[in-house]
Amino acid sequence: MATVAISTYVFEPKDKVENFRGKQLLYIGWEDHLMYCAPLAFPFPGAMPFKAILEQVLPGCYGAHPDFARVDWSTVEWFKSGTSWHPDYDKSIAENGLGHKDVIRFRTPGLNGINGTCS
Amino acid sequence: MSKVFIAFQANEDSRPVIEAILEDNPDAVSTTSPAMVKIDCKDRLVIRRESIESRIGRSFDLQEIQLNLITLTGHLDEDDDQLTLSWKR
Amino acid sequence: MDMEASKKKLGLKERYNHLTRGLGWETTYQPMEKVFPYTRYEGIKIHDWDKWEDPFRLTMDAYWKYQGEKEKKLYAIIDAFAQNNGHLGVSDARYINTLKLFIQGVSPLEYMAHRGFAHVGRQFDGVSARIACQMQSVDELRHAQTQMHTVSNYNKYYNGMHSWRHWHDRVWYLSVPKSFFDDAMSAGPFEFVVAISFAFEYVLTNLLFVPFMSGAAYNGDMATVTFGFSAQSDESRHMTLGLEIIKFILEQDPGNVPIVQRWLDKWFWRGYKVLTLVSMMMDYMLPKKVMSWKEAWEIYGEQNGGALFNDLARYGIRKPKGWEQASIEKDHLSHQAWSTFYNYGAAALFHTWTPTDGEKDWLSAKYPDTFDKLYRPRFEHWEQQAKEGKRFYNGTLPMLCTTCQIPMFFTEPTDPTKICYRESDYKGDKYHFCSDHCKDIFDYEPEKYVQSWLPVHQIYQGNCFNPGVDPTVPGFDPLRAVLDYYHTNFGRDNFDFEGSEDQKNFARWHGDDAGGA
Repeated sequence: MATVAISTYVFEPKDKVENFRGKQLLYIGWEDHLMYCAPLAFPFPGAMPFKAILEQVLPGCYGAHPDFARVDWSTVEWFKSGTSWHPDYDKSIAENGLGHKDVIRFRTPGLNGINGTCS
Repeated sequence: MSKVFIAFQANEDSRPVIEAILEDNPDAVSTTSPAMVKIDCKDRLVIRRESIESRIGRSFDLQEIQLNLITLTGHLDEDDDQLTLSWKR
Repeated sequence: MDMEASKKKLGLKERYNHLTRGLGWETTYQPMEKVFPYTRYEGIKIHDWDKWEDPFRLTMDAYWKYQGEKEKKLYAIIDAFAQNNGHLGVSDARYINTLKLFIQGVSPLEYMAHRGFAHVGRQFDGVSARIACQMQSVDELRHAQTQMHTVSNYNKYYNGMHSWRHWHDRVWYLSVPKSFFDDAMSAGPFEFVVAISFAFEYVLTNLLFVPFMSGAAYNGDMATVTFGFSAQSDESRHMTLGLEIIKFILEQDPGNVPIVQRWLDKWFWRGYKVLTLVSMMMDYMLPKKVMSWKEAWEIYGEQNGGALFNDLARYGIRKPKGWEQASIEKDHLSHQAWSTFYNYGAAALFHTWTPTDGEKDWLSAKYPDTFDKLYRPRFEHWEQQAKEGKRFYNGTLPMLCTTCQIPMFFTEPTDPTKICYRESDYKGDKYHFCSDHCKDIFDYEPEKYVQSWLPVHQIYQGNCFNPGVDPTVPGFDPLRAVLDYYHTNFGRDNFDFEGSEDQKNFARWHGDDAGGA
């Protein structure tokens, strides 16, 4: 439905990709680890290797969780917009088909948060 | 069953109003919490000017209760003599 | 003189009728629809404006008289507060953080309400509607002012209250209340009154003011109790008006019913989301607790709202769509919200902490189905980490809901261990939501919410640094730069309560400084 308005009502999206200075947004959530209250938001260049997220970005973000050191990236299950997804770690973010404001999540089988409570 | 309620600041101005309500509405139940008295009543609650006046010994304008009112619920009808809260109309 | 005095005074109803019926007229130089150009485009049909009535039948003379008395009472107490070191009388310095949340998140909305009602107080065709809105506009201005005056006494002694107006337009969590009100202000006059007078004032305001003010009373803060209840006495009138407005619109034309229902679905949910802040205030921030969020929701939401919507059923109005979900969430909301502020305590302009052992037991008792199972382990882990000198802070910005702008911390209604993710595609872009209801609101009016000023995205676009700041220099600290842009007193306004200047000062003022100074 259109917004009911007194005149034409069309606006530029505030968050179009052009506004992010050569980067695109990617959201990442770690399933079953709600000690991190919400998924995280990142501005990444599309050409950045996916592997760099795992090796250089996430350790700084999730490293405080006691489970993080035990994450085995080779067994991690990925989801994109909620459905199963298989990234190629050696390819870039864009080559993995990730666009602006895509949301991905990962599940780490066997690691279920503080005392198994999904915290 | 639907309840109406009204709450007043717990102070000397409110005391005769609360007493009048409790006497005029046999189903009314009051609950005191910090700084506040809340009165719940089934379906309907009436505040009568005369009942308040008989307690304070002077004439009373029902609109004065607004000074100490905290909250209320239900349909309200007010004239010079009484204020009514109700769900059934 | 005797003749004059014995002449019977006009009754309340007659006085009100003279004011609201006798003083209006149909314009002739210009057609009414040009003089009142905004009351037709929303699709609401009004056939007889004279059916709009303020049940309190307040006239201007009575209005000024009673408002004046309220002010006298209030300022007598504020003066006494200032003269008697009232800032020392509260239960615990942690309590002050509820006042910070109030002045940051609520008082600016009072001012916006003043502006909003001034606007619709000009736009409605009916005289009684205009008068009611103008009175409310003056009320709201009074609320903003009295809150500023009261809190200014605390601002002399505590951190986190100095730049609240500046913060309102910038700080990440304050975009939640700000965007709520901006959404209403940018709608038409009928949607505005349904949103604010009915959905917010009538259905939800009890959950905001009553717990806040009872909490203040219980924690020794008489000044706040007084401004709160002084405002609340106006609020009773606003609530009553909110119910009358709904009945008036619904009774005017059957075609109005579906429009109003959609607004109720939207604005109940928008308002409820804003109250997330209140839930954590009640359960976590008050050192002496009045009642739990869950109990408050049961009394003022389920019980009272239930009575209200039973009553409105005769018009064909049903409960708002999000109603059941709000009841499911009552066991989780405050814990998830406080966890979020604990995560981002470095960027919040009030202090956060883990609950004490006694508070954890209180939470277990109030939330027997959820606290021990899901939330206690989280807080105990954080407590342990802090003891080891590793207080947990989440250093990465969160994903936000496009509609309510709250970090995406809400869990699935059917599974409290899974974050609830919803998304929509619109004109080639993706938009994300925390709930079905926030998604529905977007999907109905996407063109409105593509304009959302989402703080996280604004920071990443480089719009939240002070002029001249260069984010490309080596060692650039974006969090620090954003907090500078916020005008934060870094290290005083933010971080954990433990070790804060507020905590140390309060102890020193009470002569129980552990250092013996």
